[in-house]
Amino acid sequence: MYQRKETILQGKDWRLIWMFGLISIIGLISIFSVEYRSNDDIIHSLFAFQKNYSKQFFYLIACVVVAMFILLTDSKLFTATPNLLYVFGIGLMLATFFIGKTVNGSKSWIPLGFMNLQPVETCKIFTALALAKYLSRPDTHFDKSRSQLIAAGICFLPIVFSLLQNETGLALVYFAFLLPMYREGFPPIYLILGFSMGVLLVVTLLFPAKPLIIALGVIALLLINSLKIKIKRNRSLLFFIVGFWAFSALFIGAVVPFLFKHVFQSYQADRIFSMIGRDNPYIDGKTVGIDMPANSAAKKSKADNENYNVKQSKIAIGSGGFFGKGFLKGTQTQGDFVPEQHTDFIFTSLAENFGFVGCALLMFLYLSMLLRILFIAERQRSTFSRVYAYSVAAIVFFHVAVNICMTIGLAPVIGITLPLMSYGGSSLLTFTILIFILIRLDADRQMVLR
Amino acid sequence: MSVFNQSRKNVISLIFISLFVIIIIRLFTLQVITSKYKTLAEDQGTFRKVIYPDRGIIFDRKGNAILQNTNISDLMVTPNKLKGIDTAAICTILGIDTSQFKKRIIELIIKNGRSRPSIFEPLLSEEKMAMLNESMFKFAPAFYLQERSVRAYPYDAAANVLGYNAEVDTNFLKRHPNEGYVAGDYAGMTGLERSYEKVLMGERGIEYWKRDNKNRLTERLENGIYDTIAKAGKDLYTSIDIELQQLGEHLMENKLGSIVAVDPRTGGILAMVSAPTYQPKYLTGSERRKHFSELFLSPALPLLNRTVSASYSPGSTFKTLQALIGLHEGVISTDTHFSCSGAFYGCGTGKPMRCLDVGTFDLRGAITISDNTYFANVMQRVINNPKFPTVDSALTNWDRYMYAFGLGHKLGVDVPSEKSGNIPTPKYYNSVYGKGRWNFCNFRSVSIGQGEVTVTPLQVANEMAYIANKGWYILPHVVDSIEGGDRYDQLTQYQKKIRPTNIPDSIFEAVHDGMQGVVDKGTGAGAQVKDIVICGKTGTVENYYKGVKQQNHSFFCGFAPRDNPKIAIMCVVENSGRFGGTYAAPIVGLMIEKYLKDSITDKGRLARIEQLSKLNLMPPRIFSELRKQDSLRHANDPAYLMAKGYIKLMKDTLGIEDDEVGNDDLDKIRKEKQNNRKPSRDSIAAAEAMLPKEKKTNALRDTTRH
Repeated sequence: MYQRKETILQGKDWRLIWMFGLISIIGLISIFSVEYRSNDDIIHSLFAFQKNYSKQFFYLIACVVVAMFILLTDSKLFTATPNLLYVFGIGLMLATFFIGKTVNGSKSWIPLGFMNLQPVETCKIFTALALAKYLSRPDTHFDKSRSQLIAAGICFLPIVFSLLQNETGLALVYFAFLLPMYREGFPPIYLILGFSMGVLLVVTLLFPAKPLIIALGVIALLLINSLKIKIKRNRSLLFFIVGFWAFSALFIGAVVPFLFKHVFQSYQADRIFSMIGRDNPYIDGKTVGIDMPANSAAKKSKADNENYNVKQSKIAIGSGGFFGKGFLKGTQTQGDFVPEQHTDFIFTSLAENFGFVGCALLMFLYLSMLLRILFIAERQRSTFSRVYAYSVAAIVFFHVAVNICMTIGLAPVIGITLPLMSYGGSSLLTFTILIFILIRLDADRQMVLR
Repeated sequence: MSVFNQSRKNVISLIFISLFVIIIIRLFTLQVITSKYKTLAEDQGTFRKVIYPDRGIIFDRKGNAILQNTNISDLMVTPNKLKGIDTAAICTILGIDTSQFKKRIIELIIKNGRSRPSIFEPLLSEEKMAMLNESMFKFAPAFYLQERSVRAYPYDAAANVLGYNAEVDTNFLKRHPNEGYVAGDYAGMTGLERSYEKVLMGERGIEYWKRDNKNRLTERLENGIYDTIAKAGKDLYTSIDIELQQLGEHLMENKLGSIVAVDPRTGGILAMVSAPTYQPKYLTGSERRKHFSELFLSPALPLLNRTVSASYSPGSTFKTLQALIGLHEGVISTDTHFSCSGAFYGCGTGKPMRCLDVGTFDLRGAITISDNTYFANVMQRVINNPKFPTVDSALTNWDRYMYAFGLGHKLGVDVPSEKSGNIPTPKYYNSVYGKGRWNFCNFRSVSIGQGEVTVTPLQVANEMAYIANKGWYILPHVVDSIEGGDRYDQLTQYQKKIRPTNIPDSIFEAVHDGMQGVVDKGTGAGAQVKDIVICGKTGTVENYYKGVKQQNHSFFCGFAPRDNPKIAIMCVVENSGRFGGTYAAPIVGLMIEKYLKDSITDKGRLARIEQLSKLNLMPPRIFSELRKQDSLRHANDPAYLMAKGYIKLMKDTLGIEDDEVGNDDLDKIRKEKQNNRKPSRDSIAAAEAMLPKEKKTNALRDTTRH
């Protein structure tokens, strides 16, 4: 049974550690290839702390130190403190309202001198721990809707603050917590509803409202007609179909315009519309189908700018071809064509240099990492560890999926980093801590932690 | 609870896997299936830089480079590096003020962007170069010098032979589809630059560069493994004697006309002067466009190579050929005498052809004094020769001789835009008079080289070579050999002797006798050179311009020395009035002396050169047309009209109120005009294009200063 191991390295999940290391180093190389120009003195600039790759190199070293510390701690620390940490995290987010620094229009950063900390980023760890702690409480009955509501509250509270800080992209990450909740028995109807709302949202953006509502009505009528016999037996099915149609109509006609007019910032709306190749019709409170307002010209340049990012990203990725152009030979990377290439668009650097083969390998690496985490999750005895593991998997999945989809034009540009690859201490540290807490917990998997 | 939901792990795994599969499929279509992004990336990320090799050099017969390349520097600036540069110092060197400096920088930023280097001042003069070179370190890295290769003409001569390069137009691109030209390239447009374009241009190189988001070239793609290296153009070795050419151009200053000198032994052209000429460097460099339009519009047609592109009636120079035909056909002998009582009455007394010297002459004497009646009789006998049943066949026979002498068709010289001239055919007279309804009398003036017959100066020079060689010639040409061999087979035709007829030497001797007489004691005495036996023939050519009779052209052609001909030469002085012997003969004499004796040292002869050079024989119509152009230019120049009060007048009569806007605009125009230059400046420059050299250089200096 449980025995205390003598060294920090025993009983740890080596596969996960290797994957972590591999992806981080691929990230470092990718950042290097973004910045390196021939004739640069690599050794000098690596230690000069001037170039991004040198900074990332030191961040990585710092992260290794942090990882060691985590592995050296007692795993009981993580089961004992989540509530405190969660309160601390929420406190940090509140603090940004007072001492926050505005970067790229979002006041979500706390300057620490040597680096800027984004509480909404780090708060993911605390939320994951808090969710795990709540669900693993002996007196939590997750099949009760009260518990479900509280769990959802824990997960979604940071979203509120994040939206208030104008940081929509990172806020969306917290929806990833639906996955561990689903695993623990959250009714799948919420996932399905969420998914169909997503589909409905996209459809709403693509087509004008009135014809869409009529089209959906026709579909509903056809459905009722074809299900006549079943409906005769079960009246509620009819109500469900009609209800769903009414809900859709409400969503299309009222909710989406409301979201775009009052919830999203205009640049966010622009991004979403730029992705589907349309101009934002909600500027100045106009609704779909109504002519563009006069001042759209000024706004349009911003939308064009967003288009430019995605276009350049697609060009860089697409020009990589099957085998890529070779390390440091990417013309688009070397020519600085992709904006924000070292952070949000780091994937393009890899894609251009190493082509489809490189991309597929990286995707395989990420997928193996995710499946490994799921495997680890399922071998846990304690609910705490399992919920936490699922949270980590969900967060990493959400980041990877959205970031890559963003670069290849399948998702709007919402500023979500690629885990372990993107430049930035905050992001790297967050994922290091997330993963190494998991490894630490997994090392004690024989223990039933509460 | 956990056991209950364990299957949900599979659902989650499935979500993970399916999304990753979607991403992989999308990546596959982006990277492997679609090629659009690769082209887009190549378009914006790489740059195909064409490297232009130096064009070939052209040498004269003694190995002097008469057309070569020189490097002139452009001053380049990168606007975003300007901080902390001593702009005042650079302004002083360039002779501009700081406001001009700022204006230029702003224009460059608008045109080219902040971070790309642009040309701040093109084609720096030598003084500016010297000053800049000393202090260039102060202005780095915002400013640097960039060399470029420009055509240079060390002797400032032979503009029309060498030709000029110009940017290719769409027509050119259509005519040369697969030769690697793109819009913006330069190609030879006239002269040797055009004829030997393929040889001179060399082979272009291509460098592939990486380009960044600000359109700057950063480094070579793959260290240049895809690059092709440029190969310099091949050099041309010509038969031109550049000093002879210069002398010819000097003698022809202030005149319209041309000189062609050929080496009869090789067919190599020694000099090819077309007057007025222009400074060849006029058509290189940044002011090219402006100079071109000046030259192009000038009524004196300085861009026309008169030696091959102008055709004239040959006048009396034609008589030598008539003599050859008459003798060879046997209709006359060297002792045949005709007498002239004042005119040729062979065609009745209606419109007699006058002769200048009354008397009875044999062939030699008739050539010597250029007797019209004699050669009218000769041609009458040739045409009415009973050997031929009809006038048609007799004239056809005569034509055959003329074609054999190189007239009536293009010779095929390697200078472009050659004209064929005209030898009248029976077909032509049939169409004019009707078949069978004409005889010798209808074209009797052809017998003395007037009327329908026309020739180019080059054809006459070639005909002289033919007579000098006693029955053969080599096609006249400028280029003798090409560096690295004749790859395009352009020179073989210039190597074989053409012996078109079998006229015996004795006949040529008789004609030579007559031609020697022309110079020794006849109409061409002005061509005499001490110790050299020259054979020549004068010509005084009546001509018409737009139906109005103009002053006579003065012709002189000949060869020397008689026994071992080394130069065959032809000179035309257009509309000079007087006789062929008056102006053309002394010019030819000086040319022959220069070529055969290598230099002219005699003081009297040197004075004669200057005297001839200063002699202004420009026809008055050229000046009146210049004046007309001038006034037309003024008509479009508001400042000029305003100065003259025309605009005010117009406004008054039209009743337009003097609103402020209009006044401001006019003021602006007036100020700009005053600042820039006087309104008539352009026309002065146009006139200078054909004035003597000293003034030309002044004009050029003026224009380059701007």
